[in-house]
Amino acid sequence: MTRRERNWLLVTPAAAWFVVMLVLPLSVIFVFSFGERGPAGGYVPAFTFEQYANLPARFTAFKNTMILAPLGTIAAMLIAYPLAYQLAVRTDPKWKIILLVLVIVPFWTSILIRSYAWIFILGGSGLPALLEMVGIEGVRLIYTPFAVLIGIVYGYLPLMVFPIYVSLDRLDKRLLEASADLGARPFSTFLQVTLPLSIPGVATGCMLVFILLMGEFLIPALLGGGKVFFVGNALVDLFLQSRNWAFGSAVAFTLIVIMLVTVTVYMRLIARLHSGRQDISIM
Amino acid sequence: MTDTGYISKWKFMEELRRYRKGSVSRRHFLGVTGLGAATAVLGTAMPALRPRAALASSDIGDRVVLATWPNYHDTANFDMFTDATGAFVQVNVFGSNEEMLAKLQAGGSGWDVFVPTNYTITTYVSEDLIEPLDVSKLPNYDADAFDPRFSDAGTVDGTLYAVPKNWGTTGFAVNTSHDGGTSLTSWKDFFDRTKDDFSGRTMVHDYQLTTIGNALKYFGYSFNSVEESELADAERLLIEVKPHLFAISSDYQPAMRSGDAWLTMCWTGDGKQLNADMPEIAFVLGREGGEVWSDYYAIPKGAPHRDAAYALINYMLDPQVNAREVVAHGYPVADANTNALLPEAILNDPILYPAQDLLDALEFGAAATLTDPNRAELLARFKSA
Repeated sequence: MTRRERNWLLVTPAAAWFVVMLVLPLSVIFVFSFGERGPAGGYVPAFTFEQYANLPARFTAFKNTMILAPLGTIAAMLIAYPLAYQLAVRTDPKWKIILLVLVIVPFWTSILIRSYAWIFILGGSGLPALLEMVGIEGVRLIYTPFAVLIGIVYGYLPLMVFPIYVSLDRLDKRLLEASADLGARPFSTFLQVTLPLSIPGVATGCMLVFILLMGEFLIPALLGGGKVFFVGNALVDLFLQSRNWAFGSAVAFTLIVIMLVTVTVYMRLIARLHSGRQDISIM
Repeated sequence: MTDTGYISKWKFMEELRRYRKGSVSRRHFLGVTGLGAATAVLGTAMPALRPRAALASSDIGDRVVLATWPNYHDTANFDMFTDATGAFVQVNVFGSNEEMLAKLQAGGSGWDVFVPTNYTITTYVSEDLIEPLDVSKLPNYDADAFDPRFSDAGTVDGTLYAVPKNWGTTGFAVNTSHDGGTSLTSWKDFFDRTKDDFSGRTMVHDYQLTTIGNALKYFGYSFNSVEESELADAERLLIEVKPHLFAISSDYQPAMRSGDAWLTMCWTGDGKQLNADMPEIAFVLGREGGEVWSDYYAIPKGAPHRDAAYALINYMLDPQVNAREVVAHGYPVADANTNALLPEAILNDPILYPAQDLLDALEFGAAATLTDPNRAELLARFKSA
């Protein structure tokens, strides 16, 4: 077996997986998006741009997603960073593993059940009742965009904590000592050394969370009370309720294109930012 | 249904045990999203909760898969069926007829028995998704005992496709301790008061048929209207009311019980269950009319356990079994043999058996109402507004 053949053999499983699990379904969606809805729902083959012309009918869903997905990503990052920092830099190594496991533990239960628990926490007899005891009345939490934001941050926090933790954990501690030796205060060491070096972790975490949030439907459905409508919810309704597969495919395909563009631009920006920093550190 | 407070540890364990038996408590997780997909997620995420394969003792196989609605069965009946036949009843709970139809259209549902509502059956027949029934395998089905109003939708072009399960109405449930002494009696009250003293406390179904239908009744139009100008009026009303809604969800029992919601669109059995535990919650049929419906048992094309499907339907039609079902879920049946076994209190219950004049004003949903693309788009605009 030549080296070339061996290489082919090695990539075959991955290639097969991509074709079956990614290329084929995406092709189906692409083809369906030019079709029409059957009289009782489903899909009728056709070649029309009608579905794409109809996209403005889901403008609000796209708008909500484009607002809450970045907002949720940033909120998760702001909460995850201090946590990851504490774990990676400040925690005694013998505790690290236990604390890390605690971060993963929620993943052992389905997100569906965990989100459902938030309905009780945010519902009238949960947090608002507690707030009432300390004199803050009339707080409505459940079934608001804020509840959805809480659910999102809660659900995806571990995905943000891990990449940041890894980048901070791998950080060469001698750099911090060097910075201190050169007279930098801890805060400026953080700003000039730690933070720039952890950017790859932050960037990875943000991308993971952002991509998942763009397709999110469960948390808005559960904690938004059907009033906070994401593209994901529009898709669920189009496929499961109105059975308009053609239009649903057009919406799905548009979402994929938006995500591809956003993620590409984002990665370019991060790459530029990161290489810029490295230039500075070399100087 | 005795949980007036909120979910306690004990209650949770109780639900878990019921869940493990494969019974209705999946509704807690499912009803809220209305997603059948969630069943699959749960099943795979929690292998320990998957039903254990019964030791098959009869020739109908070891299981039968039932696709049905939330809060719609007496789980003890399933246990007895399993004891008698060795076939375990695996229950999938759905949120809407559209979702059931979508699942069957997509193929490979794996269901043996499902519970379509009257207005869907002709669509299932025209889409070739439903099996004609062999009456000889349903000795408990006594066609003459059923009130034809609630059983005739099961027969399409002279062929029997479905046998009646329960019927009921779609009205609204109101927590009367918040109505300030002025009771709500109509859909006009429902929407007007939502904008007023019930603001932030009202729920409407996440279901175009009922939510749009009841908004149409506000104007006195037909529940089934697909008329453009009439739908436009209904849309205007719904969008006007939306800022005053607590939620758009068909899982309204938890919020009504906790007191977060005071007013909700409501199906008979939910109204009965809420009223039984919290007498201050009344079930009201809008004076203008609204929906009356009838659910059926049917077998989808390609059912993997067809013998078990017939056995289950036949078992559920046994008047003794059916009577226990009614007592458990509070939906009436159209079967005289079952009614003969029911206590007077149930037969005289105005929630289950409303006054004739209220009943006369109600309409059966139509097949075109469910599949109308304009109504589906209207609901999407309402939800995203």
